[in-house]
Amino acid sequence: MKTVYLDNNATTQIADEVREAMMPFLTDLWGNPSSMHTFGGQVKKYVEAAREQVAALIGAADPQEITFTSCGSESDNLAIRGGAEAMDKPPHIITSKVEHAAVSGPCHYLEDRGFRLTKIDVDSLGRLDIDALRREVKSSKTLTSIMWANNETGVVFPVRLIGEMVHEAGGIFHTDGVQAVGKIPMKVSLLPIDMLSLSGHKLHAPKGVGAIYIRRGTKVKPLVLGGHQERGRRAGTENVPYIVGLGVACDLAAKHLNEENTRVKAMRDRLETGILATCPGSRVNGDTSCRLPNTTNISFDFIEGEAILLMLDDRGICASTGSACASGSLEPSHVLRAMNVAGTSVHGSIRFSFSTYNTEDDVDRVLTELPKIVKRLRELSPFV
Amino acid sequence: MWDYTDKVNDHFKNPRNVGKIEKPDGTGEVGSLACGDALKLMFKLDENGRIKEAKFQTFGCASAIASSSALTEMIIGKTLEEAEKITNRDIAEYLGGLPKQKVHCSVMGREALEAAIYNYRTGKKWDKALEGEVICHCFGVTDKEIERVTRENNVQTLEELTNACKAGGGCGNCLPELQKIIDRVHGEMAEAAAPKKKTLTNLQRIHLIEDVIDREIRPALRQDGGDLELIDVDGPVVKVRFRGACSGCIISEITLKDVVEARLKDNVSEDIRVEEVK
Repeated sequence: MKTVYLDNNATTQIADEVREAMMPFLTDLWGNPSSMHTFGGQVKKYVEAAREQVAALIGAADPQEITFTSCGSESDNLAIRGGAEAMDKPPHIITSKVEHAAVSGPCHYLEDRGFRLTKIDVDSLGRLDIDALRREVKSSKTLTSIMWANNETGVVFPVRLIGEMVHEAGGIFHTDGVQAVGKIPMKVSLLPIDMLSLSGHKLHAPKGVGAIYIRRGTKVKPLVLGGHQERGRRAGTENVPYIVGLGVACDLAAKHLNEENTRVKAMRDRLETGILATCPGSRVNGDTSCRLPNTTNISFDFIEGEAILLMLDDRGICASTGSACASGSLEPSHVLRAMNVAGTSVHGSIRFSFSTYNTEDDVDRVLTELPKIVKRLRELSPFV
Repeated sequence: MWDYTDKVNDHFKNPRNVGKIEKPDGTGEVGSLACGDALKLMFKLDENGRIKEAKFQTFGCASAIASSSALTEMIIGKTLEEAEKITNRDIAEYLGGLPKQKVHCSVMGREALEAAIYNYRTGKKWDKALEGEVICHCFGVTDKEIERVTRENNVQTLEELTNACKAGGGCGNCLPELQKIIDRVHGEMAEAAAPKKKTLTNLQRIHLIEDVIDREIRPALRQDGGDLELIDVDGPVVKVRFRGACSGCIISEITLKDVVEARLKDNVSEDIRVEEVK
């Protein structure tokens, strides 16, 4: 049975082109890019080429605005902790209630150390309360960190508007772009964004590499201290094979961007429409008019997400759930709770997230299996 | 990814006794949609007062469904007096164990059984709020339930308590109150288990000291990453060595007096003095 992988917001398969590009750096070209000798030093140009590829994908004006890190979480930590500590006086930290833990974690860390923290609400469609944000950013100099697109629902936030509001009051704007980069077109040089985080393994590079865009002139205190690598922003010998892989993955993502927004989006839409038509008591979570092209989050009344997920898994289909039971906590996903999703369905949400590697067959498989699973679990449920 | 046993997976994928019974003798309903799991259990008795039929409907995760299915299999053929003795640990053991975060699924099973038996005996719908005072308002858990779960599962920490009955898993406002209940139950359990403080032989005395250290002192130290080793017993003097985070801890002297010596005085004899061997 072929695995149907529809959990690409969790991680993605490594592209063949990426793996092949990495291989020479795992075999012959293992030198240290900081070395004075030719054997090591020759590697540096590949790191710099990757920097240009990342800069090109997100539309940065200068490749030097890209710093390589170990993952998206490190980039978020660097932006928030390093950004706040570099400001003249402790900023008011503003974020949203639906951020990934990689952002809310460092925000709470700063709050514990005396920084003022405000978390902006979302409405029932997962859209940011812009009026509340405007009030908050006006009141003081802020470091605002709001994600570009939500990992659970795919809802896209208006980063241009947010950035303009933050800048008007003299604040700094970071956006967690981990889910957005490679899925929607962007040109950060033309946007009021000071910092943007991205992760390799969400766009077909391996796990263990990420990057952060830091606009020229933005001050950030490094988290990892030591050598002069990455212009002093992140000490540690460069992870050359993975950086090269990330560069190639960014190239591929740029190439596939159109397909992502046409073929992938069409598959997502067909799956979504099909599920809503064949599974009574199902509904989409999130604003469908402003969403990533690859993500759908669907709730099923009166049945529980982990049970759905494990039955899908039994049939070779990989997805994810915001249910409490699956995470080991007792509360369902903070994103769905922030959206006030109804009690009848908040525990029964499933996220399907596509990549360009998915096919129409994958959609067919889910549409064959899922209605049977939903029916079966409803038969078990005391509420139906 | 949960490490479910084969038996849990089997009862999840092929649940036994799903459905409803026409005119049941007893019905128990526990949990709610908002809490994330709920179970409705029904049973019918035969002429000898044994459960001849049991059916369930469950809203919940794989282990909730498996626990419900297991429960029905366990009670069929039993008298109500026998069925009543089933604890949540029995249900978990029947399934070959549950992940620690899922222990509450087995507690839900035992509660549903209790509710169904209550319904049979009184004709009324069981309401756990009548059985005590609600302490955790997020999940509606009463002091009686917390005490019972603590006792039956030998719950040591707040985390274990939340895993077992969800109490404290929401806003967290009740955590101090929960800690008090855990402490009280342990006090009662220790009192019940406490040996008569009279003439012990040397060997009995040493065994008791070992037992108190293992049962009462080490679990407390381990919560903070520390540990303790018994080195020697010389008359009233008990010699111990701290391990892990306790060794070199700046407050280890306080721990020595307030925890180790205090517990041994309470449980073994008043004249005990504890000395640390470095």
